[in-house]
Amino acid sequence: MTKDSQLATWEVFIQSKPGANYIHAGSVHASDNKMALQNARDTYTRRGEGTSIWVAPTESITASNPDDSEMFFDPANDKVYRLPTFYVMPEGAKAI
Amino acid sequence: MELLEKTDKIHEELLKNFEEKINRGDAIEPKDKMPDAYRKHLMRQMSQHAHSEVIGMQPEGNWITRAPSLRAKQILLAKIQDEGGHGLYLYSAAETLGISRDEMISQLHSGKAKYSNIFNYPALTWADIGAIGWLVDGAAIVNQVSLQRTSYGPYSRAMVRICKEESFHQRQGYEIMAKMMKGTKDQQEMAQDAMNRWWWPSLMMFGPHDSESPHTGDAVKWKIKRHSNDELRQKFIDKTVQQAEVIGLTIPDKDLKWNEAAGRYDHGAIDWNEFYRVIGGNGPCNKQRMAHHIKVHEEGVWVREAAEAYRVKKEKQLLHS
Ligand SMILES: [Fe+2]
Ligand SMILES: [Fe+2]
Repeated sequence: MTKDSQLATWEVFIQSKPGANYIHAGSVHASDNKMALQNARDTYTRRGEGTSIWVAPTESITASNPDDSEMFFDPANDKVYRLPTFYVMPEGAKAI
Repeated sequence: MELLEKTDKIHEELLKNFEEKINRGDAIEPKDKMPDAYRKHLMRQMSQHAHSEVIGMQPEGNWITRAPSLRAKQILLAKIQDEGGHGLYLYSAAETLGISRDEMISQLHSGKAKYSNIFNYPALTWADIGAIGWLVDGAAIVNQVSLQRTSYGPYSRAMVRICKEESFHQRQGYEIMAKMMKGTKDQQEMAQDAMNRWWWPSLMMFGPHDSESPHTGDAVKWKIKRHSNDELRQKFIDKTVQQAEVIGLTIPDKDLKWNEAAGRYDHGAIDWNEFYRVIGGNGPCNKQRMAHHIKVHEEGVWVREAAEAYRVKKEKQLLHS
């Protein structure tokens, strides 16, 4: 058999309606960005699941390491003053 | 010696963390540490699942040009396109485990990777398209609904997407059967004949009885598998019998009867010799299915090469502009 290539992989992100976040749907194989978009449309939006699609080469995505997640997300833990509930509001103040 | 003990300790620790996670009900994601056996089990199961979706396009594809109406043809085309999509969702999910699409396809071609046995049977008449949608997709749905809660995140997410699409598949098949049962005597006989041929292979889709099933231990412990083969098969039988009755089809099992005490149907013995004969490569269509897949794959090589050549050319042009 000849040496074959299944083409590069691209990660697919779909926006379900205008204004919504783009959410990861899966991946497709394609030789370039145009083909990746078309394949993503055919693969992930056959029933109007999307109004817009992003594709990005899989290799260009950097992901955090689950082993480091404790350390990585730790800085958020002791900063409760980032939450509105931290603050003591004067008695009687309204709409705040 | 000391080093060996140390690595053993590390392994034990990793396995403990992994199983704690599983027991908490957390999903396992691609970059998480996982035991080799877990990864291997998933690679085998998910690639087999993907191959089944793709090979499953063949028996139905056989009827696109002969569909009895434009409506039927459009529906069948959309259904088969979905199955191709299901294959792609699953390949994509399996690739997150570190196996390439190339590898999976060559394992299929070499026979190392299997696909669902059911697709080694031929679709002989239009009623078979009804029976496949209703029974084969129906059985697949029972299995896939259960797998929505499988522990590997990408697999579970692919299953959720697939289940959303499957219910139309089963309905279009049941509609074909219902229509034929309202038709001429010939059409009714054709529907019953298809039922007779697809019923038992559909029950076999759930795999051997729990008492004989070699892979279940770890798969259950690690929550890859959420229900046993027999549980799923029972679920399928219990909901299908009533559907057959409504349209006047007879289930080809003289031992099938309602078990009041257990609240389920008891069924007759499954011919496992037939199952193993077909899995062993001696079903009616094994050779044809594989030959067709290999042929189409090889005939498509030039398309992928041309696409790559075009990309290289465009990148060069970009560089010089
Ligand atoms: Fe499917
Ligand atoms: Fe289906």
